[in-house]
Amino acid sequence: MKEITIEDVEYAARLAKLDLSEEERKSMTSQLRDILGYVAKLSELDTDDVEPTAHVLPIKNVWRPDERQKSLNQEEVLKIAPKAHEGQIRVPRVLE
Amino acid sequence: MEYEGVIGLEVHAELKTETKLFCGCSTEFGAEPNTQTCPVCLGLPGVLPVLNEKALQYTVKAGLALGCEISAFSKFDRKNYFYPDLPKDFQISQYDKPLCEGGALEFFCDGERRKVGLIRVHLEEEAGKLIHFPDGESGVDFNRVGIPLMEVVSKPEIHTPDEAYFYLLGLKRLLEYLEISDCNMEEGSLRCDANASVRPRGQEKLETQTEIKNMNSFSGVRKALAYEIQRQIEVLESGGRIVRETRRWDPDAQKTLPMRSKEWAHDYRYFPEPDLVPVVLEKAWIDEVRATIPELPDARRERFIQEYGLSQYDSGVLTSQKAYADYYEECTRLHSNYKALCNWLMGGVLRELNERKIGIGELPISPKMLSDMVRMIDEGKITSNIAKTVFAEMAETGKAPERIVEEKGLSPITDAGEIEHVVEEVIEKNPKPVRDYRSGKEKVIGFLVGQVMKAAGGKADARLVSKILREKLKE
Ligand SMILES: [Zn+2]
Repeated sequence: MKEITIEDVEYAARLAKLDLSEEERKSMTSQLRDILGYVAKLSELDTDDVEPTAHVLPIKNVWRPDERQKSLNQEEVLKIAPKAHEGQIRVPRVLE
Repeated sequence: MEYEGVIGLEVHAELKTETKLFCGCSTEFGAEPNTQTCPVCLGLPGVLPVLNEKALQYTVKAGLALGCEISAFSKFDRKNYFYPDLPKDFQISQYDKPLCEGGALEFFCDGERRKVGLIRVHLEEEAGKLIHFPDGESGVDFNRVGIPLMEVVSKPEIHTPDEAYFYLLGLKRLLEYLEISDCNMEEGSLRCDANASVRPRGQEKLETQTEIKNMNSFSGVRKALAYEIQRQIEVLESGGRIVRETRRWDPDAQKTLPMRSKEWAHDYRYFPEPDLVPVVLEKAWIDEVRATIPELPDARRERFIQEYGLSQYDSGVLTSQKAYADYYEECTRLHSNYKALCNWLMGGVLRELNERKIGIGELPISPKMLSDMVRMIDEGKITSNIAKTVFAEMAETGKAPERIVEEKGLSPITDAGEIEHVVEEVIEKNPKPVRDYRSGKEKVIGFLVGQVMKAAGGKADARLVSKILREKLKE
């Protein structure tokens, strides 16, 4: 497996919208390198006859009928928003 | 050089369930903002989504109708990105194990049957709604978050903007027949993105494609693709290179414009959704869904031709919407003059719907009223001419045809004596045409018949009028 570089850390940080200092970037590069190197040991196992795991629990087909449940009222929802106005949650403008 | 367009379409249809995909919040359109949310769809910590069985049935129903293979094993994945309309910062979607794979959509384009292969049909959740305010902020309404969204992805087997247009119409018609989506582009319950590239005609290899978004109507899709294909041809012809990018259709400028998204924004880092368990559908469950599939548009179109003796064209129009076809069949159960019913539906009812821009369900004329009216014509209780008045009155007031005829005194004059009287008056008032006729100008008879009909308020039987008139003119 390709070794983790500082560019990989910067890329992941950008995707996660994290602002990392120079120092943090360096320390995370070496930490991630260690963690992934440790996990990479798993690839030494022969998994040819093992089914890929989609879920850790041995259960399937859990669903519910299409029946309405009570929703939260608007006041409760807007209370937990940082900012709200006339029923809408207000956020800084994002436009493409 | 001659170029060929290569187009693939991704259609998103909101499913017509009562509740959202993973919680019991209502999906109703038009509620006050942020009144249909709960901890699950708001993505609050510690909540567990539970799959809505109806959404699963609807997606499998569509997959079966499209001839897809229903996956023996399917699962949900998280698609990660940040946007204010997505409270969890990820969308639950399906990545490598969609519910349905393969299949094809058949439709008519310019009178020719076309078949476009599908890659997949999968289930995911809808995002919220953003409104941008001039004060530099955006408002978010989470009512729509989590509404079940079915995505139908075609293979890049569409070659012209027209084909794309008829593909969309065909898919919309199918989903309406299956009664799983309202397919309302204005309300956003049906949306379409496209990818498009061009290549020299005859070349097998695909060239670099662009993605096109923000096409808000069927004709918008057609126009955007026509523009984009022409743009790409011009770039290539002038020695340029197509850049892989996402472009936005700007309906005001009638152009596609590049979106300012960074390339890394498309790394969605999919991984299996740990809060949902896999879906392993059994044959019996799938068969139950299969049993809910109604007669599909193409089959119905053929049957209308066979059973009611309609033309290809009439049958195609009447089955273009399930509601039209249902209306027509309801009429045929009440009266057996299939051809006349078809004519009144095609000419009268559909014209009325077009003029008023309403759906057939909103028209005050019920199938019973229309078939009663046609029966009255067939039984000679009204003339076809009078029927036009009756029809207009029904459309206006929703009154039954018998009542309209009675109230307005529209019964035809079948009494020969009464008609003779009118004929004599007309002969007296029109000496010149009468002279002309008697001197051999046979054509004038049409004018005289018209005068009699007019004098009789359109209520006289035209054949009877003509007969009596000819007799009187011989005298
Ligand atoms: Zn909810």
